[in-house]
Amino acid sequence: MPITVAGKTFETDEEGYLANRTDWSEEVAKEMAKADNCDLSQNHWEVLNFLREYYEEYQIAPAVRVLTKAIGKKLGPDKGNSKYLYELFPYGPAKQACKYAGLPKPTGCV
Amino acid sequence: MADFETPVLGEYQVIPHLKRDTMAGSKPYVAKPDHQKALGFPVELVPDWENVAVKKLGELVAQSRALQVFLDSCVKCGACTDKCHYYLGTSDPKNMPVARQDLLRSVYRRYYTFAGKFFPKLVGARDMTKDVLDEWYTYFHQCSQCRRCSVFCPYGIDTAEISMAARDVMDAVGLGQKYSNEVIGKVHKIGNNLGLPGPALANTLEGLEEDVKDETGVDVKYPVDVKGAEVLLVTPSADFFAEPHVDGLIGYGKVFHQAGISWTLSSHASEAANFSMFIGSHSNLHRAAMRIREAALDLGVKRIVVGECGHAWRVAYSFWNTLIGPFDFLDQKYPIPQHICEFTHDLIQRGALKLDRSANDDKVVTFHDSCNVARASRMGNMPGGQFIIPREIIKATCNHFYDMAPETIGESTFCCGGGGGILTDELLDLRIKGAQPRMQALKQVVDEYGVNHVAAICAICKSQFTKVLPYYKFPMDMIGSVHGLVSKAIRLDAKN
Repeated sequence: MPITVAGKTFETDEEGYLANRTDWSEEVAKEMAKADNCDLSQNHWEVLNFLREYYEEYQIAPAVRVLTKAIGKKLGPDKGNSKYLYELFPYGPAKQACKYAGLPKPTGCV
Repeated sequence: MADFETPVLGEYQVIPHLKRDTMAGSKPYVAKPDHQKALGFPVELVPDWENVAVKKLGELVAQSRALQVFLDSCVKCGACTDKCHYYLGTSDPKNMPVARQDLLRSVYRRYYTFAGKFFPKLVGARDMTKDVLDEWYTYFHQCSQCRRCSVFCPYGIDTAEISMAARDVMDAVGLGQKYSNEVIGKVHKIGNNLGLPGPALANTLEGLEEDVKDETGVDVKYPVDVKGAEVLLVTPSADFFAEPHVDGLIGYGKVFHQAGISWTLSSHASEAANFSMFIGSHSNLHRAAMRIREAALDLGVKRIVVGECGHAWRVAYSFWNTLIGPFDFLDQKYPIPQHICEFTHDLIQRGALKLDRSANDDKVVTFHDSCNVARASRMGNMPGGQFIIPREIIKATCNHFYDMAPETIGESTFCCGGGGGILTDELLDLRIKGAQPRMQALKQVVDEYGVNHVAAICAICKSQFTKVLPYYKFPMDMIGSVHGLVSKAIRLDAKN
């Protein structure tokens, strides 16, 4: 099921993750979120931007603890926990946030 | 949370009325050509696949006397019918173990038994057709290979072996399951299920060292690729990545620190899990396990300890010796391999760890026995050690512990609902329903004793619980690692 953003169509896998990471744009993220009835706030973007930066450096999404620590530093210690991340991304921060950030889905026993 | 019909928990476990074909639509995504290729399987359904499948089945039966006995000896007594959590949770009669076995047994009979060759209709023998293959794909991916049914079968027929054989046949004709095969490919290529490269692993572990230092003021190390370390720890990569898994990893490090035993992880073998078992592929099982032997030799360790992972412990305890042995280069004074729970339990018994139970006084704990540890392996030097040792650790780390009902723990434990290659989002409906018997047993101890924490020693169980607990109105953070309890209770650098 490809995703169409501003007239352009991008290939995705069965679960809606982008097939090519280079197809990503902020509009793609917004469109994906819209399909889940999720409005991307500034705090969502902090998470998505961090995921993309980390992926750029390490070719993998950050571990949940790495992510919560980074978000705690950016948004305040009360938000540096997975409970807060689940509020932002109720389908699971690792998977839902990776999808919006255009990253592949984390695999394995997670 | 996605919307699914969650079973309602009543007063006690009910054996449901049959609802035929209610799970006929549940099937996992099919592996892509790349996933298949990486494992040495055909990339798509091969021409003449019917004959290829039948031939492969014949080979498997010829190689495994156990499989042949399982296929030949069922007398349809019915003892297994109400023992499968997927049947209890879904009401689909094809999730009765005997019915699941018969999906494959009927084909075996048709091609490999006298009666089936000449009088197929009389003995329930079926031709290998596309409908049969599709049915296999659907229902052999509704088995978590937990082996609970085999405990109750008077002949000891092991549905897990049959389900592994069916998946092996399907891979051989080019019909693989995406979830398992993609994961195995990542182990071959990168070294772990997640696809976590060495630098990311090092970065993650450095972060943990900082966290533990902040929390305790003590420099606990989480070393990787240290040559000459005493112990190589292999653990599921979920321990690096996910919660509550990581609390267990933090706990292992604290135990090693406190015991003063040098240890290391390996970036080459940064995964204990071996999903190849789930798909019944011996060649991939061997290849994935071999990374661990190579790492142990390369690092020059004396012992191998396995972290909290259910099926990894089965592979290690039951298969490693013939699969990647001999281990004559390791210190023969210690169990080979050794489970992290054996390791910690031994230290507790010798008084080498200072544990403060009151640190876990906010918790009323129960223990979920993971299938592969419970029914396919052992720990320690006593029968039932795999049940006793984790509970002894828990009791040494908290003041409030209550077991779930006896028919739902120990060798009769109910699967979490996510084992055996089922832990994938497109099977979430099945996972929720399959968790029902475990949730029912949990509800009882929650209601009776106020249990608010479930400890487990399997990465799959931990992820599955996190996902399904909320559907049963339990908090998702109710699940934890056994070594998460140890981590909380341990008093670092304190002397006894």
